[in-house]
Order: sequence, then structure tokens, then C-alpha cells
Amino acid sequence: VKKVDPAASRIEILQGTLDLIILQTLRWGPRHGYGIAQMIRAGSGDVLQVETGSLYPALHRLELKGAIAADWEVSENNQRVRVYRLTAAGRRQLVAERSKWDRLAGAIAELMAPPSESGS
Amino acid sequence: MNLRRFLPSSRRRREEELNAELATHLRMAEAERVARGESPADAAANARREFGNVGLVKQTTREMWGGLWLERLAQDLRFGLRMLRRSPGFSILAVFCLTLGIGSNAAVYSWIEGILLRPYALVAGQDRMVVLVGKTRGETGHTGLSWPDLLEVRRNATLFESVVCDKITGTTLAAGDRAERVSGQIVSANYFEAIGVRPVRGRGFEPSEESGRNAHPVVVIGYRMWRDRFRSDPGILGKSQLMSGVPHTIIGVAPEGFNGTFVGYPVQFWVPASMEETFDQGGYKLDDRSIPWVESFARLKPGVTRAQAQAEISGIAKRLEAEYPETNRGKEIELSPLWRNPFNAAERLSSTLQIAAVVAFFVLLIACANVSNLLLVRSFARRREMTIRLAIGSGRGRLVRQLITEGLIVSALAAGGGLLVAYLGRDLLARVLPSRGVALNLPAAIDWRVLAISAGICAATTLLFGLVPAIPASKIDLASSIKSETGAVLGGSGRSRVRSGLVLLQVSLSFALLVAAGLLVRSLQAMRSASPGFSTAGVMLSGIDLSSAGYDAARQKTFQHELLDRVRALGGVRSAAYARVAPFSYRPNSTSPIVIEGYAPARDELPAPEYDEVSPDFFTTLGIPILSGRDFTQADDVTAQPVAIVNEAMAARYWPRGNPLGGIFHLKGRAVRVVGVAKMANYNTLLEVPKLFYYVPLEQFPAGAVVLHVRATLPPGAMAAALAKEVHALDPGVAPSQLFTMREYVAIKSDAQTVALTLVGIFGGLALLLATIGLYGVMSYAVSQGQRELGLRMALGAAASDLLALVMRHGAVLTAGGVLLGAAAALGSTRLLGSLLYHVSPRDPLVFGSAFLAMAAASLAACLLPAWRAARTDPARALRD
Repeated sequence: VKKVDPAASRIEILQGTLDLIILQTLRWGPRHGYGIAQMIRAGSGDVLQVETGSLYPALHRLELKGAIAADWEVSENNQRVRVYRLTAAGRRQLVAERSKWDRLAGAIAELMAPPSESGS
Repeated sequence: MNLRRFLPSSRRRREEELNAELATHLRMAEAERVARGESPADAAANARREFGNVGLVKQTTREMWGGLWLERLAQDLRFGLRMLRRSPGFSILAVFCLTLGIGSNAAVYSWIEGILLRPYALVAGQDRMVVLVGKTRGETGHTGLSWPDLLEVRRNATLFESVVCDKITGTTLAAGDRAERVSGQIVSANYFEAIGVRPVRGRGFEPSEESGRNAHPVVVIGYRMWRDRFRSDPGILGKSQLMSGVPHTIIGVAPEGFNGTFVGYPVQFWVPASMEETFDQGGYKLDDRSIPWVESFARLKPGVTRAQAQAEISGIAKRLEAEYPETNRGKEIELSPLWRNPFNAAERLSSTLQIAAVVAFFVLLIACANVSNLLLVRSFARRREMTIRLAIGSGRGRLVRQLITEGLIVSALAAGGGLLVAYLGRDLLARVLPSRGVALNLPAAIDWRVLAISAGICAATTLLFGLVPAIPASKIDLASSIKSETGAVLGGSGRSRVRSGLVLLQVSLSFALLVAAGLLVRSLQAMRSASPGFSTAGVMLSGIDLSSAGYDAARQKTFQHELLDRVRALGGVRSAAYARVAPFSYRPNSTSPIVIEGYAPARDELPAPEYDEVSPDFFTTLGIPILSGRDFTQADDVTAQPVAIVNEAMAARYWPRGNPLGGIFHLKGRAVRVVGVAKMANYNTLLEVPKLFYYVPLEQFPAGAVVLHVRATLPPGAMAAALAKEVHALDPGVAPSQLFTMREYVAIKSDAQTVALTLVGIFGGLALLLATIGLYGVMSYAVSQGQRELGLRMALGAAASDLLALVMRHGAVLTAGGVLLGAAAALGSTRLLGSLLYHVSPRDPLVFGSAFLAMAAASLAACLLPAWRAARTDPARALRD
């Protein structure tokens, strides 16, 4: 993953990874869809871009699976918003996905590292 | 899973929530941009751009909800209907073609169901019913069983639930001044119980009513007879009805819709076996093991196969043969499934219906080829639509599903239409089959099996229709398809090759059907002009049934003599005679074991040729030559020695070295002397193998129901009127049966061919029509797509006639290819017609020639309009467009 001009080269998120990112984002508290998208973008230094066409299907899919729950609330500037929060099942899934991701990231880093650096 | 999510109201709320959620998202994005300093207009546009396709986001999100299929189906259906309405020509043609295809199959299967597989309405467990057929070892014909043999089977067979006698019979009931012939069955006492039919009024028979010569004149009448003849009289039980001269007590009324256990006629009354002598000719036979008159069936115990039961019954037959060699030598019993029942119309119709099933399948194939072709045309026409739908984000899976839904609409409409066709055609067979004056009962049964078959065809065709257009649709390459396609060239390109292949299939199948129809026409012609060995011209016949009218032997004889004298005295009558059974009748001829003096039969041979009881002048009237010896005369009466006239085959078989004249054989304990040899003739059908046969004088072997044969120059109408007048003059209570000319009578016996011809003719016509439509479709599409090429050719100097020839040549090539393939298919498959063909070669050149001419004419008609349109191509316009 190379980083050039953040605005010019945003990276689309893979399906499975998106679930993990959403769950991770919600760990800091309930949030509405737009907020989640903003937070992912900001949290990744403008590199990760969530398409709405992927975000909402993912939210609704996670809701259906019971990993997150949604409620209508009134926001600070008086708008009715649908707010998602993590459920107990969601926390468990986050832990599982997280360790899976760590292993994957480690493996990829290993693979990408120059041979000289990786020992031997 | 939350089931509420599937409810429409909950769905609508969710939909609104999603809209609100996404709207909020957009508003927030907009607000943030404004806060960052963008102008409101820019902020709105940029937020929208960033958001992407709102419809698509909603669509993909909704898909996450699951359980959407119902909603999506409804949407697809709505859209599909709209698409079909938008091209009504295509839709009507596709539904029409498929309706013919599915309708043909549904009709044929409903006939097979109602006539062969489950022929008896209201009777339970028909798949376990088998027919008991008497066979003589080494011979092809069949007989019934004798009553004593049936009782042995009933006592000794362990694998049957029940063994039931149901011999068909009939009687004549007076209805005003007209005689009405009604069908009945002579049954064993267990009949109603065994088939699980309970009379709606009164009772069935009791075991004691089965035995005792004429001891139990009781009758169960059919519901229709109760309703029509007795006006649904509630006090009908116990009333008396005169039947065949004997007053019968009505003890029961069968349920509505029950027509007995016979394929062909609706049975309207049932009498116990003890009344056999009253209703069946040839005397009292319940004690006689030598006369095989009983038609019967058995019901297998659950889980028993026909082969197991056959093994047991063969053992019983073998034991009977050893025990009673003088009556049972060479006799076997065969178990036959209902659809091969030789005692009713089932066996005759089964080969015909098998052919019809194959032919109907051909029609379906042709119809499917047609609709596939139409769909291919349409799918290319709809390429732009598909491309656009893909471009705005429709999934390929969704596109395919949409196409399959459209196919489903077409085939479901067609399946409905097809079942309607089958329903309308349910009585077609009874109408096509020529009747001899008795109402026919050959109903089709549209039951769940027929529905299942139709639904299966519908599903298979739907899949086909979904997949054929889906193949090009799913191959659409977005970039190149947005650009308009260039027109196809005549022939050549891959897809037009597929379409041409489909047309080849259609043309070849219809050609094969035309050949089959042609062969059947030739067979019927040959049968109509064939000589059955007696003269059919100028001979008329009509039945005179005195037994039913209650005459005793002495009065019968007087009446028959007087009537014959009166008929002979009529102007225009050249000669007249009686026979107990007319040639080519459905009634069986008499048969009984005979012992020939000076002839030693082989170990398991039991000579019992069929014979007929005839009056003097029978041979003159029918024009059967007496080759040696003499005709019967008035002198051959009861006081004289019994005599017989044998046919050539019988003379050669039993008197191989000497002169048969003067030979003696013993029949039913009487010594019969041969006085003449008659020329061979056909006795039952035109297709039979020459068989042994002899005649005895009616005077010496009397019968109450006889057939009057008249050779006269009168027209049939005048003859019938004159005959009725003479009969009424003798006894107003007697009426002659419907009068036939001998030519009609013989023709009726070729009914299997008539039915086959009608069905193959109808289906062949449909096939030709469908193939013509298919060819027309391909040609006109090719011309409309080839406008540029045609225009170019014209601009380069081609004359209109050249273009005409170009298109016609294309059509001619397709037709010729189809005919060649079809001819090969026909040569290979006309063997199927086998037993129905009479004196015509399966490769008759006249038939193939005519089929070719018909096909050529149809293809000419199909190509003419497109070719004419091609010839009128305006080069300027074609090249500009």
C-alpha cells in the first residue's frame, strides 16, 4: 500500500475488510452512516474512501447478522438520523476478525519485505 | 429471522426509512461542504457526485434485507408484462406457438391417462389391475376364460386381492317407437366390492346371486339410466324392468360418473353371472369348460408384481391343462396390463396413442425452435436496452432473472392455453372413431399427472427461453455495444447460423410428420379399395335382435323366416340371408373344440377354429365363391344331419391328402359333415393372417340375435325404411338396428388407422404451419438486417430480380437441407407406424414426393414476402440509414 497524494489516490475498501473497519469504528461509540464514512476517511489520513454504495449495504448486512443495531435519534442539529451501535455479538466478531486481520497483515508484510531485511 | 420483514407494510416502512437515512447522509455531506466554504449550489452538486448513484445504493442496500425475492418477482412480473405488451406481435406469436406445442402434449397425455392408464372413472387402484387373457400355445389370437377355469383361478391364486368377471354385453330397450341399444356387463358377485364402487341406492350383488341357471334376474342400473329413463324415481328399488325378455328386479343404482369397466362404451347396467344365458349367446355356459367367454380382470395384492402373479397363474393353467386335457390342451392364461386389454378398445388405441405421443413431442420441439428463434431476434433487438440497464448498474444475474421471468410469463400463458386445448379436445377421439350406432365413451382425463407434465414442459421451456436470450445479453461488452450495431449479412454470421439450424430442425421434423401422414392416407386408401374376400358393393346389413325382445326359440325361427320372405319380396332386393355374426363385426365369432375324423392333432394342439352360423344364400349375397361342393339349402334343417362349409385353409389343414367333402368332425357332441369348400376371406380385419374358418347352417345352430344381409339396388335410406316397415308389420315391439352398407361396415374396422391419420394429420398440419412461420421469421429478419448489403448490391447494379433470387435461394437452401434431414429421419422412424401401415411401403415415392411438394409450397409462401421486400429495397435509403 503506497501513499502518494491522499486526495488523488483514495483506495477503495475490499468487502470483507469493510466489515472489520465499520465494527472497529463503532467501538468508539454509536454513530450514523455519514459519521462512519467521515471517520473512516479521517482516521486513515484521507486514504480510505468508503463508497456509499458499499457502506449502506454493509451496514444493513451487519444489522441483519446482529453484529450492530440501529435506532432513530435526533442529532445535535435537529435532524432525525439512524444511529448504529455495536452489539455483544458484534464485539465478539470484531475480536475474531481483528486477530484474523493481524495475521493476514503480518503475512503480507512478511511477503512484501525485501529479502535482505527478512533475515537469513 | 424476523418474519415481519416479509410483510408488505413493514417493507414499505423500511423503504421509507432507507430513503430518510440516505437523504440525511446527503444533507450532512452538503452542510459540511457549505461549512468548508463551498457555495450551496456547488456543495449540493459535489455531495451528490461523491454519493454516487442513489438508486443503485438503495437497490444494493435493499438486496441485503433478504427475503426480497417475492417483491423482486412481482417487480419482474410487472416489468415482463410491460415488455410483452410492448411487442404484441412477438408475444402473441410466441404464446400461440407454445400453446399448440403444450396443448398437443397435454391432449395426448390426457387421452393416454383416460383411455389407457386409468380408464375407469371412480375405480380405485387401477395400477394394480391386470386382465386375464386366454391364449392358445403357438397361436396369435386371444380368448376369454371359461367360467369353471375362472373359478379355479379365483380359488387357487394367492397373489390376487380379487378376481372379477366383467363380460361386456348389451340389450335393446324400447324407447318410444325406436329401439335403443344399451351396453351392460355380466359380472361376478364380488364386482362392486372389488372395484370399490358403492351403489348410491340399493346394493351390489350377493355371492349366492352368481350361480344357478337364470336364477337371479336382478340388475344394478347406471346413474344415467336412472336419471333419463326413470326420471330419478326415488322408489326405483324393487321395480321390474323387462330386459332381453326377462323381467329383472332393480336392486341398485350405480354412482354418478361410473361407466363400468370397459374402454369404449359407457356401461349402463350390470347383471350377475347367473343371468349369462339371457345376455350372452350360445346357451348356458357356467358349467362348460370348453367355451372361453369370460372377460375378467384381477387386482394384485399390494407389492406383488405382474411377473410374480404371471408365474403363479401359469402354474394354475398348467395344472388345469393336465387335469382337463380334452378342453384345456394348449391353453395358457396371460396377465395383461390395462393399456393392452384386448377385450376393449384399449389395445387397438394403444399403438395409435403411442405414435400420437411421439408426434406431439415433435410438435413441441418445432414450437420451441420457433419461439427460440423469435427470442433470438428479440434479444438482439433488445441489446441496446440490456446494455443501458447494465450501464446504469443492473447486475447480470438480475438481467438473466428478468429474461427468465419473461419466459415464464410466456410459457405459463401457453400452458394455460394448452390445457384449455386439451380440455376442448377431450372428446375428440370419441368423435373421430366411427361408431356402429352405440354411443362411445373415450374420455380424456385431465388429472394431476397431466397437469404435472404440462408444468414440467412449461418449466423446461421457460428455462430455454430465459437462457437463449440471456447468452448474448450476458456477453454484452459495454463499451462496444453502446455504439450501434451494423446490420447482419445474409447467412454467414454465427447467430444467423444458429437460427438457420433451428429452421432446419423445424423443416425436417415437419417433413417427417408429413411423410407419416401421407403413408397413413395411402394405407387408408389401400384399405378402402382392398377386397376383404367378399363383395362390399351393393350389400347392406342390419341387426335383428329377438333375444332382447324376449322371443323363445320357436318364435325366433318363425319370425326370422317370415321376415326373410318379406325382404326378398321387396322390389330391388336381389338376395338376402342371415348370419349370427357379420364379417368384420366387433362381436366374436363362435369357437369350440372340434374332433376331426382321420386327423391326429399334435400333442398340445386343440383344434377349435372360429365359425359362423349362416342361412342359405349367405354366400350368394356376400359374393363368396363356393369352390367345391354345395351351398346350404332349406333341406339342411334340424331334422337333417348337421353340415358345414369349410374354408380353403381349414380344408388344407385337416384333410391334407384327400377330399374334404364328406369328411366328418364332431362339434359340441354332434357329427358334422363337410358339404362344401368356400374361398378364403377376411373375417375380422383386413390385416389378419389367413385363418381356419367354417360355416354351419343357422337352422341347425339357431341364434336369437342375427344380422340380416341384403344385396339390393335400393339406396340405403330407402332400404332402412322398408326394412323397419316390414319388421314393424311382424311385431311393433321389435326394431332393426342401424343399417350400414357393407362398405361402411368394413371401413369402420380400420378405425385405428382413421384415428392415427386424424391425429398425425392435425399434428402434421400444425407442424407445417409452425415451420412456415419459423422460416418466414428467419427470412424476413435476414432481409431487414441485410438492408445495407441489399442496398449496396442494388447501388452496384443488381436488378430487383437478382435480389429476389438471392433471398429465394437462401430460403430454398434451408428448405432443401431440412427436407434431406427430414427424409432421413422419416426413413428411420416410419417403422414406428408398422402395424398401422397396409399395403404401402414405408419409403413410398409418391408419399415422399407429395410431402416434398407441400414443404416446397409452404417454404415458397414463407419466402415470397421477404424476397419481395428485398427486391423493393431503396438503395439510397438503405445506405443512408
